[in-house]
Amino acid sequence: MEHTSLLERILRGVALTLVVIFFMFPIVWIFMMSFQTNETILRIPPQLIFEPTLANYTALITGKLMTAAGTLDIAFMRNLGNSVFLSVTSVAVSLLLGVPAAYAFARHKFRGSEDIAFTLLSFKFAPALLVLLPLTLYFQKLGLANTYIGLIWVYQLICLPLILWIVRGYFEDIPADIEYAYRIGGHSWFATFRKIALPLAGPGIAAAGLLAFIFAWNNFVFALVLASADKQPVTVGALAFITSSGIQYGQISAAIVLSITPTLALALYAQRYLVEGLSLGAVKG
Amino acid sequence: MASLELRKIVKRYKSQTVLDNLSLTVADGETLVLFGPSGAGKTVLLRLVAGVIDPDEGKIFIGGEDMTDVDAEFRGVGMAFQNFALFPHMSAFDNIATPLEAKRSSPGTIKAGVESVAKLLKIAHVLSHKPRALSNGQKQRTALARALVGSPPLLLLDDPLRNVDAKLRFEMRLELPRLLADRGATVVYVTQDYKEAMALGDRIAVMSQGVIRQLGTPEQIYREPANIEIARLFGDPTINLLDVKPARDSRGIYVGLSNVQVHLAGAYDTAVGRDCVIGLRPEALSFVEESTPGAIPVTVEAETPLNEKIVTLVRTVRGREILVSRPAGTPGRSEGKAHIAVDGKSALLFDHASGDRIGSKNVVALRNGEAA
Repeated sequence: MEHTSLLERILRGVALTLVVIFFMFPIVWIFMMSFQTNETILRIPPQLIFEPTLANYTALITGKLMTAAGTLDIAFMRNLGNSVFLSVTSVAVSLLLGVPAAYAFARHKFRGSEDIAFTLLSFKFAPALLVLLPLTLYFQKLGLANTYIGLIWVYQLICLPLILWIVRGYFEDIPADIEYAYRIGGHSWFATFRKIALPLAGPGIAAAGLLAFIFAWNNFVFALVLASADKQPVTVGALAFITSSGIQYGQISAAIVLSITPTLALALYAQRYLVEGLSLGAVKG
Repeated sequence: MASLELRKIVKRYKSQTVLDNLSLTVADGETLVLFGPSGAGKTVLLRLVAGVIDPDEGKIFIGGEDMTDVDAEFRGVGMAFQNFALFPHMSAFDNIATPLEAKRSSPGTIKAGVESVAKLLKIAHVLSHKPRALSNGQKQRTALARALVGSPPLLLLDDPLRNVDAKLRFEMRLELPRLLADRGATVVYVTQDYKEAMALGDRIAVMSQGVIRQLGTPEQIYREPANIEIARLFGDPTINLLDVKPARDSRGIYVGLSNVQVHLAGAYDTAVGRDCVIGLRPEALSFVEESTPGAIPVTVEAETPLNEKIVTLVRTVRGREILVSRPAGTPGRSEGKAHIAVDGKSALLFDHASGDRIGSKNVVALRNGEAA
């Protein structure tokens, strides 16, 4: 780096700035919109200087949406709570089921194991709309429509294949000799799984969990069809801002800022685990 | 203490037979070296004994008990892996301690056990380090310490010196036999280095293609190799191999080398008139005066002084190249014309077609399932 010329550094800086502006602009714009009223947002030409207001956030948090036509009740905070609950529970269930399954698929080649693993992956291939109609009918018969359990169950279609396939790769990357060495030392297969395989696949499990969380959080179609107002996550709840008296851009922006905050915080927190990677060095090669 | 017995072991991977009806017995307290080229099935054999893979056929007895269907954690063996296989997320201390933890020993016992074996292997100062902070030599010793710490009656060492540098390998080759003898454990040691095999083994089993080709003491393997392949693998510089056709005269059986008759000592009656290969160890050849009976004229091509010996490449009148080895400091020729003599007693005769040694008295080439 010391050998790069001044010109090179300037060009590099310009290029980086352009990239950052390109990717960050929508987020920054939305962040700014969330502190404006609908009138200032819709002003032409748009202006960078405005008088910030917290009205959008207070409206969301109190649940009272002021529109030209009067006061509307919105359940944004409840939606946010639903999102957190549904995503966290779905990922937890997926990890509980997916990690041991991934280990089994990685370490034990039993008859049909590849077929089963691929079938699970193929759940991700089917468009959600394709399965929604039969699923809705089944769920209504089973009494699972509009229940948290039903939603968490459907969310497994999103989370489980993801976790299974990512974590399986990490388990396969652990040299089998390391696990053999622990077994020969006198430990059961379960102790080997817990003390050797799990810690070594830790970064992979964290990455898969985070990714599954984001996918679950961003899900829209399943929740739209299978959940009514009180069970809806923020993605569906945001529809409420399209009111009879116009689209509430300010509130939508504030809602977006609030709803990306948890995933952003989680991603930032988990980043170091993701980057850390497998600390090998115990095995030559 | 524990003896080891393998009975008619067969292991296949898909259509490939890795171990073919292999039987082997290792006596209590004995060190057996499994020697052979890569792909011979040595590592698979060791893993079968350890219990991490299962044989398709055959039985495994450890200390007289049938262990064929017993899980690895209950077999009570210690194993060191070629790639060390240390646990990367644990310190060297915790790595070594794992076999003791499995026995539910008290923290005091574990500490004492780990420290004593670490002291023995000279790694006491790096016990707090994670594997990635250890040098290759320290990793290798940590892996060895982990195998030794529980005092297992049966030790399986899978080429533990493979991945360490030459100096350390030389040191460990000297250290290991004493270390293993002190423990009194039965040892199965895998290696591809014939010097290691000779230095460590009470007996050596030479394997190739899933079969034990010869089983014997290092002395036997060297003096009476079962076939050309084994003769080539043992010895540095490698054995000289020359095509000959033995004949008989009044003084016995001889072979013609550069028109000189070299008489062989040994029961080679069956070899007369057949196409054979004679094996001459470089150290069984010596430079002599022209007047010596049986002296073979040669031209010296090149001389390579090694530390303890001098290896000379010579060419016979028929153009065949031969290596002659002599201890450093002894007289010899470094250029020009010379004469060499062959020690007829140490010459080895092999059948040209099969490669098997002819006239074996003590050693019988082992066929499938006949070992031990």
